[in-house]
Amino acid sequence: MEIQPTDSTLENMSNDVAPKRLKLRSKPSRTADKVFFAVAKAAGYSSFVLVAAILFFLMLRAWPAFESQGVVNFIFGAGWNSTTDPQIFHLGPMLYGSLLIAAIGVALAVPMAISISYFISFIAPERLAKVATVVVDLLAAIPSIVIGLWGLGVFSPVAAEWGRMLSEALGFIPIFSNAVDIFLRSPFIASLVIAVMIVPIIASITREIFSQMDQEIIKGAMALGGTRESIFRKVILPTASGGIVGGVLLALGRAMGETVAIFFVLNLTFDDFNWFKILEPSGGAVASLVLARFNEALDTELSALLAAGVVLFVVTLIVNTIASYIVAKAQPWRKL
Amino acid sequence: MSNLNHLETKDINVWFGERHVLRDVSLQFQNNHVTALIGPSGCGKSTFIRTLNRMHELIPSAGLSGQVLLNGEDIYAQAVDPVNVRINIGMVFQKPNPFPTMTIRENILSGLKLSGRKIEDGDGLVETSLQRASMWNEVKDRLSEPALSLSGGQQQRLCIARSLAMDPNVLLMDEPCSALDPGSTRRIEETILELKENMTIVIVTHNMQQAQRVADSTAFFLSENGNPGEVVEFDTTENVFMRPKDDRTNEYVNGRFG
Repeated sequence: MEIQPTDSTLENMSNDVAPKRLKLRSKPSRTADKVFFAVAKAAGYSSFVLVAAILFFLMLRAWPAFESQGVVNFIFGAGWNSTTDPQIFHLGPMLYGSLLIAAIGVALAVPMAISISYFISFIAPERLAKVATVVVDLLAAIPSIVIGLWGLGVFSPVAAEWGRMLSEALGFIPIFSNAVDIFLRSPFIASLVIAVMIVPIIASITREIFSQMDQEIIKGAMALGGTRESIFRKVILPTASGGIVGGVLLALGRAMGETVAIFFVLNLTFDDFNWFKILEPSGGAVASLVLARFNEALDTELSALLAAGVVLFVVTLIVNTIASYIVAKAQPWRKL
Repeated sequence: MSNLNHLETKDINVWFGERHVLRDVSLQFQNNHVTALIGPSGCGKSTFIRTLNRMHELIPSAGLSGQVLLNGEDIYAQAVDPVNVRINIGMVFQKPNPFPTMTIRENILSGLKLSGRKIEDGDGLVETSLQRASMWNEVKDRLSEPALSLSGGQQQRLCIARSLAMDPNVLLMDEPCSALDPGSTRRIEETILELKENMTIVIVTHNMQQAQRVADSTAFFLSENGNPGEVVEFDTTENVFMRPKDDRTNEYVNGRFG
């Protein structure tokens, strides 16, 4: 049967009446589809609900501490003492210590992790690359208590020696000076332990990114007279940077929140900020503070520790947001 | 006479692991000529063109015997740095592969940066290179836009311009139009004919008409029954297509297999 355009349909087309638009996105119709759709939707929304709920209930318990100490003092002030009257719960040195250790740890870990990934992806013979991949992933799975014990029992004495050597050679630079001549339990050692923990995380993700790189682009760079070094620096690294930073963010989260490993290898100093003397035995870490104080904490201090959790939560969120923003800004081509 | 064949190969054999893929390929590429390499898929023509700028380096199992002479010097000689070979012998690939993180301008200058050479007159070089690839007028106002904002055909011409910025003596093209529409293909063919005034061009193509339109000489590659690929016939394009000496060439160029 053929459908001829009648006068009226022709008229309709020439008129300004917009044709009825169909929505092309169909709703799930089969049962399996419906169930799957519902489960996925619920899971998706539950992540929002969970984050909000955690923050809300933490906030509820933490509020008394914020109220008694004042929000600004709680976050930026120094001193933590439950035996004085009034009690002092100021998080400043711990919070700064967390950021410092995470920053140094990431700075040490990133070049190392990228080198490992480059070796696995572009240099190592196939078999070695496979083994190395498994080893790196295994390293990422080591529980932090094990790393902490290793840090305490095995690594700290060695790293303290490194610290002493650094201080003797470069002590004229303020960050390497050490007035107390004790090199154990310093932010330097904590940063190294953190670096050991996050190298495999960053390496694992970076290797994945490298392995998915378009070989044609690398060949193109080679055909233009690129050397291994220049191809890596000018083509591979910029192309992979978005993914690498994703790995670094994940690692940063672990570094900021690391508790027990840092607790074992760092001397927590509540009263003073150790701004930059990374070889001296004095530092801070929010999560380790919670671990250190939680056992003996009574009501008010408990509230302060929960408040510390809230602050860590929010600071981690801010750090991640800033980092994501920088990544997006630095890669205009990704908007295409 | 020595200037006439400044690129030639002598008895090139290539192996990938145990597999012998090319046997005794000896070809001469004349200055200011376009030479087309044709043949059915798997005949080794792409493998061959990559021996001309040492691109097999990335494949650990690849082995080679024979010589590739550029101005009389073997590019596989011990003392030769493959990077210098590739500076002299440019290459354009099947799929356009501009650097995604770079702008149009940065793509043009990327070869100089990658090979560690000084950029003296960047603007001038960008302009002449894009002009030689006949796309200057299209992109002159958008040099700082990402290379990926260009269409596929433009991206391929950008890749040609990028190679030209290195001022190579030889340009290798491995099926440069196979991913492009007819309009873009025609423009690239026109560019090839302009470029050959100043350089030697070797092009792999699956397209018989393209070979006839652009090439002065044509080499027909064939790999029969799992044997290594060989050159069956190498002659002027006219002879290969109009008066082939070998029956297999005749059958292939007339579309009876392939």
